[in-house]
Amino acid sequence: MSQSFRISGGLIDRSSPMHFTFNGKRMEGYAGDTLASALLANGQKLVGRSFKYHRPRGILSAGPEEPNALVQLRTGAAQEPNTRATVAELFDGLSATSQNHRGSLEFDLMAITDLAAPFLSAGFYYKTFMWPKAFWEKLYEPMIRASAGLGTLSMKEDPDTYDKGFLHCDLLIIGAGPSGLIAALTAARSGARVILADEDFRLGGRLNSETFALDDMEGGIWAEQVAAELQSLSNVRIMTRTTVYGAYDHGVFGALERVTDHLKSSGGKPRQILWRIYSKRSLLCAGATERPIAFSNNDRPGIMLAGAVRSYVNRFGVAPGKNVTVFTNNDDGWRTASDLIAKGVTVRALIDVRDGVSPPDLYGTEVITGGRIIDTAGRKALSSITLKNGRKITTDCLAVSGGWNPTVHLTCHQRGKPVWNEDILAFVPSGVLPEGMRVAGAANGVFGLSSALQGASEVTAGILTDLGMSSKAAALPVAEDEAQSGIAFWHVKESKKRAWVDLQNDVTVKDIKLSYQEGFRSVEHLKRYSTLGMATDQGKTSNIAGLAILAECSGKTISETGTTIFRPPYTPVPIGALAGRARGKDFRPYRLTPSHRWAEANGATFVETGNWMRAQWFARAGEKGWRDSVDREVEMTRASVGICDVTTLGKIDIQGKDAAEFLNHVYTNAFLKLPVGKVRYGLMLREDGIAYDDGTTARLGENHFVMTTTTANAVLVFRRLEFARQCLWPNLDVHLISTTDGWAQFAVAGPNARNLLAKVVDAPFDLSNEAFPFMACAEVSVCGGTPARLFRISFSGELAYEIAVPAKYGNSMMDVLMKAGAEFNAVPYGTEALGVMRIEKGHAAGNELNGQTTALNLGLGGFVSSKKDCIGKTLSQRPELNLPDAIRLVGFKPVNSSDALLAGSHFITKGDAATMENDQGWMSSVAYSPTLGHSIGLGFIKRGHERMGEVVRVVNPARGVEVEAEIVSPHFYDPEGGLQRG
Amino acid sequence: MIINHPLLGPRDAAEFVYLGDESLIERPDPNAPDAADRFYEYGYLRDNPAGEHKELWYHEQGDRSWLVVTRNTITHQITHVELARDVARAKGRDR
Repeated sequence: MSQSFRISGGLIDRSSPMHFTFNGKRMEGYAGDTLASALLANGQKLVGRSFKYHRPRGILSAGPEEPNALVQLRTGAAQEPNTRATVAELFDGLSATSQNHRGSLEFDLMAITDLAAPFLSAGFYYKTFMWPKAFWEKLYEPMIRASAGLGTLSMKEDPDTYDKGFLHCDLLIIGAGPSGLIAALTAARSGARVILADEDFRLGGRLNSETFALDDMEGGIWAEQVAAELQSLSNVRIMTRTTVYGAYDHGVFGALERVTDHLKSSGGKPRQILWRIYSKRSLLCAGATERPIAFSNNDRPGIMLAGAVRSYVNRFGVAPGKNVTVFTNNDDGWRTASDLIAKGVTVRALIDVRDGVSPPDLYGTEVITGGRIIDTAGRKALSSITLKNGRKITTDCLAVSGGWNPTVHLTCHQRGKPVWNEDILAFVPSGVLPEGMRVAGAANGVFGLSSALQGASEVTAGILTDLGMSSKAAALPVAEDEAQSGIAFWHVKESKKRAWVDLQNDVTVKDIKLSYQEGFRSVEHLKRYSTLGMATDQGKTSNIAGLAILAECSGKTISETGTTIFRPPYTPVPIGALAGRARGKDFRPYRLTPSHRWAEANGATFVETGNWMRAQWFARAGEKGWRDSVDREVEMTRASVGICDVTTLGKIDIQGKDAAEFLNHVYTNAFLKLPVGKVRYGLMLREDGIAYDDGTTARLGENHFVMTTTTANAVLVFRRLEFARQCLWPNLDVHLISTTDGWAQFAVAGPNARNLLAKVVDAPFDLSNEAFPFMACAEVSVCGGTPARLFRISFSGELAYEIAVPAKYGNSMMDVLMKAGAEFNAVPYGTEALGVMRIEKGHAAGNELNGQTTALNLGLGGFVSSKKDCIGKTLSQRPELNLPDAIRLVGFKPVNSSDALLAGSHFITKGDAATMENDQGWMSSVAYSPTLGHSIGLGFIKRGHERMGEVVRVVNPARGVEVEAEIVSPHFYDPEGGLQRG
Repeated sequence: MIINHPLLGPRDAAEFVYLGDESLIERPDPNAPDAADRFYEYGYLRDNPAGEHKELWYHEQGDRSWLVVTRNTITHQITHVELARDVARAKGRDR
């Protein structure tokens, strides 16, 4: 098929032909075409099937409001469904397919749905699929999903990349039509930093689609000249192919730039960029959107908006039909007839619903005033229309104008509610606008070109004054205000058949009347019951007619009926663009420990803990599973020495002469008298009395402490300490800094820990038990002068140290420690072995500090000092938290030592039924103890400390498992602590 | 949203962490005879006004200042931003 509907003129480049396919059919267009204009040039009127009834549909509009012509672009992983053909830029090699049909587009097997239309009226889901209830999930829903819908996803990973960016400006101008251009020129010449954004690939807006003259120039040429001047100015950023889709608080806007969508391949660039634009002021020049008129069978391919017909004729050099008829309720529709005639396209008739109007000379074209179209014919494309008097007119394109709606969407994003303007029969922005926003031109209800230019220029001058700049107003081009009067005429009442209001969601005039009859009478109820305006086009062409018909039903005015408002985004934003680079490995930030490279090189399996990638275990040849590795790491550590990177624990450096007093406020136990060179365990509560976090704090100097927190709470504890410091005790002389990333820290644990460290810590430091006992700390140096901190603390229960060096030495430190440990058969251990050893030792960790447990529950009641206040102390004394049968942390050991305990199991007293009422507590941590040779667990059970030796049921209904376990001390390993003190 | 930081100027709200009502500064006296009741109210009872609200924000991705931001919860208009430490001192908090 050649371009049989191509006519002369237009802003396309005929020297750049472009080949594309539609449903596999080869077609040709030109650079400057959209997919829609190229399809029309090739005579392709049928482009899709409707959402609900599978009605044949064509192209309605020439812009972002398109409800019908949704297609799939590209193939394979790059396939993108639900793209509006009217805004998809044509490129050579584009492949497009229609969607929502079974079988071919021409013979959609699902078109049978259309025959069932009487059953599919408004609210049909609610009425039809209520009974039997069980049928919904298995039958009705899958059936509806298969029949209704839009495009399909490729189900492959998106091959494109997306970026995010941030921009700042004095003035953001949204829309580069005549108003936007004159505003940009005024602001730019005055020195303001301007961003001019337009969703089109060509600046000029409607000027490109009309035949208006400005200063005796064609509108498109004038726009080109202005654009050229703007391009030359360094204080202006012109963003074409950029949709400003949302107006957020305080002058922040979201914008989507389609960087490479118009190219066959992205060439390594991001496909789209999601911009966050910070503006001091904004000017909305988004223009207006034409609305159709509803009448019987008004949805056939070939029935289009009159302004869109002008776009195709004037801008794209395409005649949407060979015999066009115009149907209008306003003067603007007349220009479609005259523009068509000027281009040599036959106009069969101009039908105006108004009586007694006289359009300008249309060179003998028949003018029918007071006309009503009551039906149309043509299954896959319009063939004729029928008037009220029964007269049939053969026509292949009907251009319909029901007036224009200002594109007020962005004015609504901060609760602004448009108000009805009876003069122009449309909703215009109210006084409630997003902060810093002004509106100009057609978006503000000013439809005449001359008035729009003048208004935009004036409002820009006001904005500049507001910003403290002197305005250098651009001389206004000479232009005219076009004729634009019209009447309120929403639908042809004489229509006997279905008359569509919302084409995308298949909502008809009858559906709206039915909603009203059934009591859904507010606009918000109508919308949800009938689904009017709830499709991806957000009802850009349908909302006003819908609520006008609702107003008719109720006998109220449109103003009284009101309107629903719009939310972001103005047009759909791909999920990929919202995700940006945050996908796959980069879904969220991740952190590597200082010895990560060493661990990688030594066979570590990593686990994500918080944002950290930590070594979980280090598998060796011959080990069959993770348990083999973990058991070995525990055994070798307990037998000789093991090394673990514990950098991920939070570290907070606390300094100031009130540092000790500050610690007394935040920890339950006392810190004032902690000697320099000593470490103390500390417990923190939430203010509601629940245990929050624990760790050790070392006193390196009189006014200098280093606190450690759990890995998970490192950020949160620091935040709370800052709160305490700034808001609760603001006059303490204390300062905090997070040094989690500053120091690499390693646990060195096991009977040979001291022997190993003696080879690393520089002389003359004395590591003997007398000189450096349990819970001592010191600033030392290692490896001949590298500064280090040494803490004699033990999480494993062994003779153990933690040694910290500046993070940049972390990887080498691991290497040094392992080499020095070779003679002791030192082993690196991961988080699993760490966990096993802490359970064997009975230390509480995240599973126990779970936000439900108190110091009393944890067996740490003694750590809450009675001599001083601290965060959480008062509420920890609430009676409910101190009942005699409060849960206590104890150990569990299976009666049958081959049984495995399961975390999450609940405890039931023997002889009681396993019911909620009989619940005694739960198992929080379990491990296989290679040291003891059986499964062990830590858990909370009522009065646990008084029930040593009792055997309880350990029930796990979720997994259908039950074992018996004996209540024992949580300190399975070395309960007297002789080893760690040795 | 943009928060006009008293030391750093306008900053994007994404740099901040929200905590809640400014009244959290007013931690009760633990030695008061009715301390338990007062801590209960402090911990659990807060106003949730539709309109102007003084609230605590923390500049976590910034200078770590806690701020008291006066924000209209309906319009998100921010009328006043202070350092929480100054507010705390003005309320008589000491050490």
